[in-house]
Amino acid sequence: MVQEILQYLFSGVTNGAIYAVIALGFTMLFSTTSLINFAQGEFVMLGAMGLITLWKGFQLPLGVAFLLSTLGVAGVGLLMERLAIRTVRKPHPIVLVIITIGASILLKGIAMIAWGKDAHSAPAFSRHPPLEVAGATLLFQSLWIILIVVAVVLALQAFYRKSLTGKAMQACAINRKAASLIGIPSEKMTLLAFALSAGMGGIGGVLVAPITMSSYDMGMLLGLKGFCAAMLGGLGNSWGAVLGGMLLGILEAMGVGLFSSSLKDAIAFLLLLGILYVRPSGILGEKAIHRF
Amino acid sequence: MKQILFAVAVLTMGLTISQSYHLQLLTFIGIHTILALGLNMLMGYAGQISLGHAAFYGLGAYATGILTAHWGWSPWAALPVALAGTFVVAFLVALPMLKLSGYYLGMGTLGFGMIAFIVFREWSSLTGGDSGLVGIPSLTVGTFSVSSGKPYFFLVWGCVLLAFIACERLVDSRVGRALRAIHDSEKAAAAMGIDTSRLKIWVFVFSAVLAGLAGFLYAHLVTFISPNSFGFLVSIRIVTMVVIGGMASIWGSLLGAAVLTILPDWLHVFTDYEMVVYGLILMAIMIFVPQGLTRGILDTYERSRRKAFTTPDPSQS
Repeated sequence: MVQEILQYLFSGVTNGAIYAVIALGFTMLFSTTSLINFAQGEFVMLGAMGLITLWKGFQLPLGVAFLLSTLGVAGVGLLMERLAIRTVRKPHPIVLVIITIGASILLKGIAMIAWGKDAHSAPAFSRHPPLEVAGATLLFQSLWIILIVVAVVLALQAFYRKSLTGKAMQACAINRKAASLIGIPSEKMTLLAFALSAGMGGIGGVLVAPITMSSYDMGMLLGLKGFCAAMLGGLGNSWGAVLGGMLLGILEAMGVGLFSSSLKDAIAFLLLLGILYVRPSGILGEKAIHRF
Repeated sequence: MKQILFAVAVLTMGLTISQSYHLQLLTFIGIHTILALGLNMLMGYAGQISLGHAAFYGLGAYATGILTAHWGWSPWAALPVALAGTFVVAFLVALPMLKLSGYYLGMGTLGFGMIAFIVFREWSSLTGGDSGLVGIPSLTVGTFSVSSGKPYFFLVWGCVLLAFIACERLVDSRVGRALRAIHDSEKAAAAMGIDTSRLKIWVFVFSAVLAGLAGFLYAHLVTFISPNSFGFLVSIRIVTMVVIGGMASIWGSLLGAAVLTILPDWLHVFTDYEMVVYGLILMAIMIFVPQGLTRGILDTYERSRRKAFTTPDPSQS
C-alpha cells in the first residue's frame, strides 16, 4: 500500500511539475498584462512537436533541440503579441480572450498541416535505468523533468529579483501607469511577458513529449489544466503556480490510482470549483482581482 | 413591428426555400440563435460571462434524449421535465457561482462545463458515453410528423420568434434597466436599491433554460447526440457568436449565430486549411470590429452618411 502510494506520488509530482511550468506561463502573462491567453495550451503542443521534429527528425543534439524549440515557441508568442493583440483598437478583455482563442485555432490548424493528424512520440531524455525507491520505481525521465522545472523556477526568481528588466516587469505588474510614469517602457514589457510566457509553454511541451503521445490537438486539455493549477495557487503569484501545479498533479495521480481512471480529467475542474467556492483568490493569492 | 417583419421574413423563407440542405442549415442557425440570445442576456446586458453554456445545452438534449429513448416518454412530456431540470441545475450552480465576477466567474463556469461534459461522457449506462445516445424519436403532433425539413424549420423559428419577443420585452422592462445598471456598475446598481445578486442569478437561470430549449430542439432534430456536441469548444463557440454579433444586441445574436453556423460549413472547401482560415477570420473580425458586427456595420453606415453630408461642401474644411 505504501509502495503504491509512493508510486502514485512519483507520477503525480512528474505531471505536477509540467502543470507548474504551464501555470507559470499563465501567471506571468496575467500579472504583467492582466490577460488570459487561451492559446497557452497550443504553445505546449508546439514545444512538444518542435522537440520531436528537431531531435528525432533532424537528429540534433537534445540540448540544441530543447533550446531551439523553446526559442521558437517564444518567437511565436512574440509574433502573436505584435500582430494580433497590440493591433486591437479598443481592447476589451473579452475581445482579447476571443482573439487568443482564434490564435489557438489557427496554431492548431497550422500544426495539423505541418505534422498531420497522427500522434508522435519522443524517447526518454537519457537511457539510465529506472531507480528503485522503497519498492516503487522512479523513471529517470521524472528526475529530468523535476530538475528542469526547479531550474526554470529558480531562474525566473533570479530574473525577477536580480535583473533590472525583471524588476521593471514586476513594477508593471504592480501598477502599469505608475511604471510607465517612471520611465519603464510598458509596451516592451508586455512583449517580453508574451515571449517569456510562450517560452514557458514551450518548455512544458518539451518536457511532456517523452511521457505522452503528442498530436496537434493535445494543447487544449493541458492548457486548461495549467490554468486550473494557476487558479488553484492564486492567479498572478508565481509560487502559487508551482504549488497549484504540484497539488493538481499529485491529487490527480492519487484519484486515478485509488478511485477510478475515468475521474482523471474531472479532478482538475472539481478542484477548481472547490477553490473558487472556498477561496476565489487561490491558496497563495492575496486578494480577488476583479476585471471586466 | 420588428417582430412582425421578422415573422414575415421567416414565413417567406420557409415557403420559398425548398432545398432540404438550405432548410437544414437555417434550422441550425435558429437553434444557435436561441443559444446566443440566452447568453447575450447574461453577457451583453448583465455583464456576466459564462464559458460553460454548452453544459445547459447538453442538459436539455440529454434529459429529453434519456427520457424518450430509454424510458419511452413522449417528447412533449419530456420537454417540461428537461426545461425544469435545466432550471434547477442552473439555479443550484448560480447560487454559489455568481458571487464571483470577471475571470473568476469565467473559470467557474468553465469548470462546471467541463464537469458536465465528463459526466455526459463517463455515465455511459445512461448517456451512451463516447459512442453517443441513439434512437431519439422525432417529434409528432397527432399523426403529423414534425421531423426535419419544413415543419421543423417552422417549429425552430417559431421558438426563435418567441424568444426574441421575450428578450425584447425583458430588456425594455424594469428588469432590463436594472440589468444594464449592473453591467455599468454593480455597486452603483446596488446603491440604487437593485437586488443585484438575485437578479444576476435569475438572468443566469433564464439564459440556461433557453440553452436547454435549444438542446431539446437539437436532440429531436438530429435524433442522435454525443458528448462532443456539448464540450468546451461549443461553449466557446456560443460566446464567440455573442461577441461577434455584438454584445447587448438582440439582433446581433441572430447575426453572430448565422455567421458562425454558415462559416464552418462554407469553409469545408478549404479541407485541411479549414481551421487556419477559421482562426484567421475570427481574429480579423475581433481586431478590426471589436464592437461586434452589428455595431460595426451601423458605425460604417453612419460614418458614410456623415461623409456624404460633409463632402459636397469643400469651403467648410
